[in-house]
Amino acid sequence: MFGVAIIVFREVLEAALIIGVVAAASRGIGGRARALGAGIGAGVIGAVLVAVFAESISHAARGIGQELFNAIVLGLAVLMLAWHSIWMAQHGAAMAADARRVTQDVREGTRGLSAIVLVAFLAVLREGAETVLFLYGMAAGGDLSAASVAAGGALGLLGGGAVGLALYGGLLRIPVRYFFSVTGVLVLLLAAGLAGQMARFLIQADVLPGLLDPLWDTSWLLGTQSAVGSFLQVLIGYDPRPSATQMLFYAATLVLIVVGAKLARPQRLKT
Amino acid sequence: MKKFLLVLALAPALAFAQTPEFKLTIKDHRFTPAEVRVPANKKVKLVVRNDDPTPEEFESHTLNREKVIPGRSSATIFIGPLRPGRYPFEGEFNPATAKGVVIAE
Repeated sequence: MFGVAIIVFREVLEAALIIGVVAAASRGIGGRARALGAGIGAGVIGAVLVAVFAESISHAARGIGQELFNAIVLGLAVLMLAWHSIWMAQHGAAMAADARRVTQDVREGTRGLSAIVLVAFLAVLREGAETVLFLYGMAAGGDLSAASVAAGGALGLLGGGAVGLALYGGLLRIPVRYFFSVTGVLVLLLAAGLAGQMARFLIQADVLPGLLDPLWDTSWLLGTQSAVGSFLQVLIGYDPRPSATQMLFYAATLVLIVVGAKLARPQRLKT
Repeated sequence: MKKFLLVLALAPALAFAQTPEFKLTIKDHRFTPAEVRVPANKKVKLVVRNDDPTPEEFESHTLNREKVIPGRSSATIFIGPLRPGRYPFEGEFNPATAKGVVIAE
């Protein structure tokens, strides 16, 4: 049972951390809790569907369907996080004036939330599908009783969710003055990290070349099996053995979002 | 004309031959062979066939690869070019038994 719990925990952790960051980053936008709930719910349904069609996805595009699927999901998440960063830059004035309410305008707030909902959906979709496949395999494998698989799954899910909540709670303790600067940087690094992961899947599929692979190797210092390593992997895109291709995607995403947010910032705020 | 057609028919096979292919099988949550020797400094293609009815996730931190392989199906994973060395991998869904290593030489 604990073996099941640990693997489910690892799968759930990435989605939970991503949702923790975007939940904090969308603080002050009305209707946020409902929107996030809808995104997570839709993600769970989507994950079950992806798991059911896993074989067709896997065999699509000459056996690289799974990599392409992962790359598309990650790419969409990067776009949504970029869009969110730019939206937040546009609403900088409201943030500075009153951090409790980023925007009074309900319609504008809904627009700001749409990206967050999609990020939550995509995070749950990708990690959830793997969790569903794993649990199905365990239950069908016959080595463990269905009850013990279910209990392990629930335990892992709760554990992962708790870490996501803890991250969210920790972020909320940041003084309001610095709050949006911190979440802004976190969203930026999250987007860059996911772009790097997208590149990794495209290399695995042989769609992109893995230039200078690996560019460096810091696995002796900090591996991604360790708790700190896996946290940093999700939150800032840490990879102990990245290829230059991955780092190019990482850097390009950073630059494009920073420049995009600068251009989107209202003129009167510039000093 | 016949010769030309033969060349056309062989061309994809020749292009393919540039990426050496290595086959692995998963059975009873174990990899066979558990040791895969591949040429170093060359891109290679792993074809992993899962004979178990349950899905498995091929995962390797050293190779920087992860891929879910549904039950009773096979998957293609491109790796390398690798420097000479040992690159362990595992089946993440059954880490107790599903272990293996790619040896680049």
